Amino acid sequence: MLFQSHMSKGFGLAFSFILMLVCMGLSVVLGYTDTTIGDAITAFTTNNTQENAYIVIRNHRLPRALIATCVGASLGVAGVLMQALTRNPLASPGIFGVNAGASFFVVLAVSFSQTLSLGMLSWVSFIGAAFAAGLVYFIGAIGKEGLTPVRLTLAGAAIAGLFSSFTQGILVLNEKALDEVLFWLAGSVQGRSMDDLVDIFPYILVAWVLAFLISRHINILTMGEDVATGLGQKTAWIKALAGIIVVLLAGGSVAIAGPIGFIGIVVPHFARSLVGYDQRWLIPYCGVLGAVLLTAADISARYVIMPEEVPVGIMTAIIGTPFFIYIARKGLKST
Amino acid sequence: MSKYIPFRTKKDHISFFFDKKSIKYTSVFVIVTLLLCLASTSLGQVLISPLEVIQILFGSGEGGNAYIVQILRLPRILIALFVGIGLAVSGAILQGMIRNPLASPDIIGITSGGSVAVVTFLTIFSDENDALTVSIHWQPVAAFIGAMVIGLIVYALSLKSGTTPIRLVLIGIGLATLMDALTNLFMILGPIYRAADANLWLTGSVYGTNWDQVKVIIPAIVGLVILALLIARRINVQELGDELASGVGSHIQRDRLLFIVVSTALAGVSVSVAGGIGFVGLMAPHIARRLVGASYGALIPISALIGGILVVGADLIGRTLFLPIEVPAGVFTATIGAPYFIYLLFKK
Repeated sequence: MLFQSHMSKGFGLAFSFILMLVCMGLSVVLGYTDTTIGDAITAFTTNNTQENAYIVIRNHRLPRALIATCVGASLGVAGVLMQALTRNPLASPGIFGVNAGASFFVVLAVSFSQTLSLGMLSWVSFIGAAFAAGLVYFIGAIGKEGLTPVRLTLAGAAIAGLFSSFTQGILVLNEKALDEVLFWLAGSVQGRSMDDLVDIFPYILVAWVLAFLISRHINILTMGEDVATGLGQKTAWIKALAGIIVVLLAGGSVAIAGPIGFIGIVVPHFARSLVGYDQRWLIPYCGVLGAVLLTAADISARYVIMPEEVPVGIMTAIIGTPFFIYIARKGLKST
Repeated sequence: MSKYIPFRTKKDHISFFFDKKSIKYTSVFVIVTLLLCLASTSLGQVLISPLEVIQILFGSGEGGNAYIVQILRLPRILIALFVGIGLAVSGAILQGMIRNPLASPDIIGITSGGSVAVVTFLTIFSDENDALTVSIHWQPVAAFIGAMVIGLIVYALSLKSGTTPIRLVLIGIGLATLMDALTNLFMILGPIYRAADANLWLTGSVYGTNWDQVKVIIPAIVGLVILALLIARRINVQELGDELASGVGSHIQRDRLLFIVVSTALAGVSVSVAGGIGFVGLMAPHIARRLVGASYGALIPISALIGGILVVGADLIGRTLFLPIEVPAGVFTATIGAPYFIYLLFKK
């Protein structure tokens, strides 16, 4: 790990946080409509509601920057919790079936009712994500062996495969749905309003705080079931709580931005290479770095095929892959 | 009496144990496979009695039904069977070698490589009217090349004084995500017609396959599965872990390249004709392992048969359940596979 002492870890986190704020600022300023930092400041200090640049900044860019930050942070934290919980370095919301469940519910809703608003769709996908995660947890927990990491992972893969093939099936049968949903399925923070975020934000805020509060218990849990029980931990409760946090974070993210892959899997590995295995540091690092990655990806998504935009889910993959391969080559351990 | 029957050639070039239980399972599954293929040939929009199907197969049928069996259904069922076998054996090899229960051709990017190649192919060779400028027969070739290239890139990138299973799988996942992203990008940039076309392929279907494809796929899959059986013993050794494996004199790195090539080729051939049929490569080996244990001599044939049954069954359901609409087989491989898989999780 890069940072050894508490001091350097603290500085690293502060630096990452500043980087996150810079990214948010850039996200507000940069884009197809040319604006400057001065415009951004004026947009929030005057009552001028006519100027085009101010409208763009206030109504489009700011919500977008905030959404990218929140979603990125949530995915990062969800990913690190899942990897700890399943003790599988490959675990992430995508592989765990959460994205697939949400996507399926959204595609189903769109193909049955053409009139759903984006706001209603986000609730549909939230429910879908929670349903899939609950199903995975239930299937993983029931039976003689109880909730082992391997069973949880396998159940996740099974549910993910099941839901994504249902989704494909509906899309093949119903081309109209395909047209409307394809963009959402790729994951995007474009065209979302502040209301979408405000609806979901209380849930993910609670989840962030809870994640940080149980980080010490997660540390103990990652030592293994026996050790944790030996130390007097009620492992079932910690796992259940971590599961709920994951559902809130991953479900909330999918609800706002669609299934954005990769952040949940790549950010924890990167964070571990910086601060090691202590969840008390890892969780905040994953939150901040996830936000940085998603915001940066969203900014670059605006420039690749201007004036059109690439869905940010595609950009995270394009940006994240080289990093990911680098980390994988450098060597890593699970949890 | 031992539980196992050893099988060895002279000088031990090929050697594995047959679990007696596995012989029982193998024969049961062979019979189930044959019956299912027969049933699948009989059923469809036009119902043909199994007896007549058998008569037609032995060359004594004439007219419409003979046409349906020989030209429409039989090649399709054979393709489904061998695609299932290919994907399942590919998954069995990968899971043994990578020692991660999540490993499958879909996860390490082989299927995604095929997908991106197909979508690129459809994009590059379409004119302004969305008509293809070259024969659609080149599409499987593109898929195969894409799958092989990604398989080898994954291997090459994970090299660093040899490769380790975890590095392979992580880099595979990374590249798979990238390929999926590129596939999505092409679909969004392209017109809706092409997206729908590509989507059918991405889901995986054996619709519209013909004897020409059968003549390519059967020898390829049979050859590769035989090769897989020949190297089965070395997969067993690798499952012990790197240190033990090299301790007993296994050439881990050389074997690993061999496994990657064989399993990528199997998956590549399969996706080239049938598209991204998911779940088979993941599920079939797991189901097989729960039935006969982890010794590869038995695991490979049982996985193969289960994979074949999955895809033939999925295709049968797909073309009969929602008549006259056809649902791609890829939808039902998961619908059949996942519940059974979950049941196995419960039981054990």
